[in-house]
Amino acid sequence: MTAYIIRRLLTSVVVVIGIALLTFIMIHVVAPSPGRAVLGDKASALAVATFNKANGYDRPVWDQFISYLNQLLHGNLGYSYKLNQSVNALFNENWARSAYLAGISLFLAVLVAIPLGILQAVKRNTFTDQALTGVAFTAYSMPDNFLGLILIAVFALQLHWFPAEASQSESVLRNIIDVHSMFLPIVTLMSTSVAGYSRYMRSSALDALAQDYIRLARAKGLSERSVLRRHLFRNASLAMVTLIGLSIPALLGGDVIEENLFNFHGLGLLFVNELNTEDFPTVIALVLIGGVLTVIGNLIADVALSVADPRIRIA
Amino acid sequence: MTATIGPAPVPGPGLTPRVPSVDDSPEGGQVHGPRAGWRLAFTAFIENKLAVAGLGIVLVFLVFCFVGPFFYHGDTTSVTFNSLAPPGSGAPLGTDSNGLDELGLIMVGGRSSLEIGVFSSVIATVIGTLVGAIAGLVGGILDAILMRLVDVLLSIPLLLVILIVSAHYGASVFKLSLMIGIFSWLGSARLVRGEVLSLRVRDFVLAARTMGATRRRLIYKHLIPNSLGVVIVNATFQVADAIVLLAFLGFLGFGLNYPAVDWGDMLSGGLTYLQDGDWWLVYPVGACLVLVVMAFNFIGDAWRDTVDVRLRRR
Repeated sequence: MTAYIIRRLLTSVVVVIGIALLTFIMIHVVAPSPGRAVLGDKASALAVATFNKANGYDRPVWDQFISYLNQLLHGNLGYSYKLNQSVNALFNENWARSAYLAGISLFLAVLVAIPLGILQAVKRNTFTDQALTGVAFTAYSMPDNFLGLILIAVFALQLHWFPAEASQSESVLRNIIDVHSMFLPIVTLMSTSVAGYSRYMRSSALDALAQDYIRLARAKGLSERSVLRRHLFRNASLAMVTLIGLSIPALLGGDVIEENLFNFHGLGLLFVNELNTEDFPTVIALVLIGGVLTVIGNLIADVALSVADPRIRIA
Repeated sequence: MTATIGPAPVPGPGLTPRVPSVDDSPEGGQVHGPRAGWRLAFTAFIENKLAVAGLGIVLVFLVFCFVGPFFYHGDTTSVTFNSLAPPGSGAPLGTDSNGLDELGLIMVGGRSSLEIGVFSSVIATVIGTLVGAIAGLVGGILDAILMRLVDVLLSIPLLLVILIVSAHYGASVFKLSLMIGIFSWLGSARLVRGEVLSLRVRDFVLAARTMGATRRRLIYKHLIPNSLGVVIVNATFQVADAIVLLAFLGFLGFGLNYPAVDWGDMLSGGLTYLQDGDWWLVYPVGACLVLVVMAFNFIGDAWRDTVDVRLRRR
């Protein structure tokens, strides 16, 4: 168990270093001369060269990579010359809103998808199952931006039930309280996840239903309700843990779309705004954060799974 | 075996030599030669109604997007109508804010979406298959390095990377296909590696190796054809994913550059126009997008069921 966690931890460290290397390469490919970006197009070549030299951008590439890693280890994500702010400050301003939107959507998606998948597995090949499969397929194939547009058109513009814009408050607490204006973004972001998760949950529950322990539970006379709750639910949900870890990049991507569609001031909106002004240090730092979050998410998922499922611990 | 001049034909379902049936073997097992296997798979595929529907939708859109513009003007540069004209007034699906015909735009936009979807999927599948096969066969340190590379790339949100690359290099059908392809071969690499690892200890591969087959022959003659099922399933999903990704890129303003159009680009003005009640700028193109993506997902799902592999769909 401990050996497994240590091995898993070491792999994660290697992957994080790999991500840092990749983002470092990206910075060098898309923004090779920070001096030019800072001083503008009209600056003389000499001024640009002086700036690059003063800030150490003329050193050998490996040397720059070492100091890049060193900066990252000290929690320094870089500097946005366009906004004249450190990326850390930008991150601190925005992360909580994104974490709230993505987090609650993920939580609700799991909460809906697990019972839905079990229901479909138990009633497989009935009308309920097929209807739900149809809905899931449609939702799964629907890009977040189109689904969001439909929801805005119907519930905001036609029925006036919800505002078309997400909560604009600066305070995250207000965002959380303002369920009314956060309703549409949350529903949009969770819908595509529900579709994918419930499909997966259905097949995982179907696998579990065919197992001997379910037959045993039924044979010893347990009520169907407790067979489902105590045996099927617990075993079939295990597969979800890994899936959630794997779906973090897609969730972050969806978050970028939602924040832009609903004008919600989080990291996703920041990303697209900064990309429009070609503020590459900032956007690449956000890619790095996304990558590291994914690695941490996968690590937690794997460790959680090994704690929850003794079969993995032995293997 | 007769000597052939030029490159050997690509081993495909139809070209695989028929091996003697072993149905009458003492065990009486249901073992089929590769050709029978492919034929069985095809029959099962055709019996799946959703798969046939998906195939039909794809065919309809291929004709609509590639043949359509020959009969209907898909002009994205010259303005022929009033801007934002509702459907019916000269243009069957109305016009956009620049006075361009919406139906024509959907055809042209669909063409680039389908092209990018298919090209990027082909690129990703070729890279993924080669990397997966090499990692699985060579093993050792090379395998470890390649798989860590896959881990690294899998951890990075694809959308963000493609956005950055597209913003920096500009976007054309060719560039976007290449970019999406280069960043999405990871799934097929993992699948092929897994297949190769399990295939290479199977008897027919051991037999080929004992007969002195070169590594090259093993890869092209045995391993790739036998993992083809998994690869095709993944490639089909990849097309759907790439089309969605393109829709996101266009929506955020980093899709194809003018005068080329894509469906995501067409959706991006949607919110403004929906507020004015100009529904025809959003729903028709959105419906096309969903239909095409769904069709590829249906086909992929049916293929997965027929080749019966335990693929994990995210």
